[in-house]
Amino acid sequence: MNHWVAFQTLLTREVRRFLRIWPQTLLPPAITMTLYFIIFGNLIGSRIGEMDGFNYMDYIAPGIIMMAVINNAYANVASSFYSAKFQNHIEELLVAPVPNYLILAGYVAGGIARGLIVGLIVTLVSLFFTSIEIQHLWITISMVVLSAVMFALGGFINAMYAQSFDEIAIIPTFILTPLTYLGGVFYSISLLPEFWQNVSLFNPILYMVNAFRYGMLGVSDIRVEVAFAIIITCIIVLSSFALYLLNKGTGLRS
Amino acid sequence: MKALSIKNLSKTYKNGHEALINVDLDVAQGDFFALLGPNGAGKSTTIGVVTSLVTKTAGDVKIFDIDLDKYPAKAKSYLGLVPQEFNFNGFEQVKHILVTQAGYYGIRTKEAEPRADELLKQLGLWEKRHATARTLSGGMKRRLMIARALIHRPKLLILDEPTAGVDIELRRSMWQFLQKINEQGTTIILTTHYLEEAENLCRNIAIIDRGRIIENTDMKSLLNRLDKQTFIFDLKSSLPSNIDLPNIHYQLIDDTTLEVELNQNESLNAVFSALSQHNIEVSSMKNKANRLEELFLSLVEKSEATL
Repeated sequence: MNHWVAFQTLLTREVRRFLRIWPQTLLPPAITMTLYFIIFGNLIGSRIGEMDGFNYMDYIAPGIIMMAVINNAYANVASSFYSAKFQNHIEELLVAPVPNYLILAGYVAGGIARGLIVGLIVTLVSLFFTSIEIQHLWITISMVVLSAVMFALGGFINAMYAQSFDEIAIIPTFILTPLTYLGGVFYSISLLPEFWQNVSLFNPILYMVNAFRYGMLGVSDIRVEVAFAIIITCIIVLSSFALYLLNKGTGLRS
Repeated sequence: MKALSIKNLSKTYKNGHEALINVDLDVAQGDFFALLGPNGAGKSTTIGVVTSLVTKTAGDVKIFDIDLDKYPAKAKSYLGLVPQEFNFNGFEQVKHILVTQAGYYGIRTKEAEPRADELLKQLGLWEKRHATARTLSGGMKRRLMIARALIHRPKLLILDEPTAGVDIELRRSMWQFLQKINEQGTTIILTTHYLEEAENLCRNIAIIDRGRIIENTDMKSLLNRLDKQTFIFDLKSSLPSNIDLPNIHYQLIDDTTLEVELNQNESLNAVFSALSQHNIEVSSMKNKANRLEELFLSLVEKSEATL
């Protein structure tokens, strides 16, 4: 049994899915993020001035790219896996000799692929508004990939538990979006009172945005090695939990 | 070798419903096997456990002597499933569905594509290979599920009511196709509500009711157990009103139709002889009800009476 072929198949199917519906998956983030650049960066940003030594547009660009990556990595896995459950075609995989870890890896890889493609599109859009030169290439790449992995895992767990399409919209709306906005995308936490600075440290997105910003601009509110340690720990915990749910058959097997 | 061996299989759902109670079932390699039962009897749960879609409460399942718990990947690689409900991604193209399924079994696209083409041609779906699955007719969707189940050349094919809602012409062409792949060596387990289908296709049979196997034997022995059969004779000319057919239990339905009840020890020849003596010719004859249907109903009634 060639498990590599099964993984490739699953990944190909996932990529084909989000490319087939590109007006729903790839176009909206490009438009939304362009609006962010125009409104927050260009119109409002010109009045804000500099932040951490960069003009506001350059300062928010890494956060906006990261926001697009994590939202899309999450949404891809959550909607694809839940749809597979809803339409019962997840049974195609469950009856086949595909181990659970490979089912997880295939869906997560699909989420990473969409997250990175959208990240690349938003980066290309940002080139019209900014003149960023990447300071630490490998930190930038590894942080964006790890963040996509972490949120793809989150989307997978969400879809495992979800009983309706509403339930896969609740987490992004009420948890993911607020955490992203409060995760230092648009500001440095040094602007906050000390109490809220400490509260912000419990937000994992803060670490991703700042480490990614460090990779691109060379500035960060937190230590980059702490960000890597926290995100890798989160990935280990989430992947173990997702595998546990798959082995138990939560929401899949009666 | 046994294609499928089930021992002491039990399944109790979270709501306390006991869907299967100590089910034992063996299916020989190469067999065409019918698993019959009323709605809610436990057929689909049994298939669900064998195909890993339902978690069992207790018991063992072996597929070609491979323990499903210990070596799930190996055991599953022998299986193909045609489920009761459509369960493919309706937005994918027909051929993509087959090639993707092959990939899950470790078959590369280069090998899967010719196999998919072959199946699509055999099952009359070639013209629709680039269509999205949701645009297919009901019968085509059924055939697509059969093609998908066969893409990895399974040794054991399980079909859960494959001809439900399919017109008679298509049903017969599916029967021919299934008979052909069975002759080529694929073991087939079939659940169906069309008992004529089971009688025509299957060599062995199990009947399940309320989670228990109430009968497990070969089709011929089961049918021989019918102690009484009723035949309808269509006659070429009207029967005289004063006709007497000695030692034959009969009643007139109308002038040219006779209903005859025969016990197991009686022969149809006696009926023909009696009619010949009155110079009455028979134009056609048929069983009043499907034989397996009669047995099925009597077995299920008996099983319910014992509960």
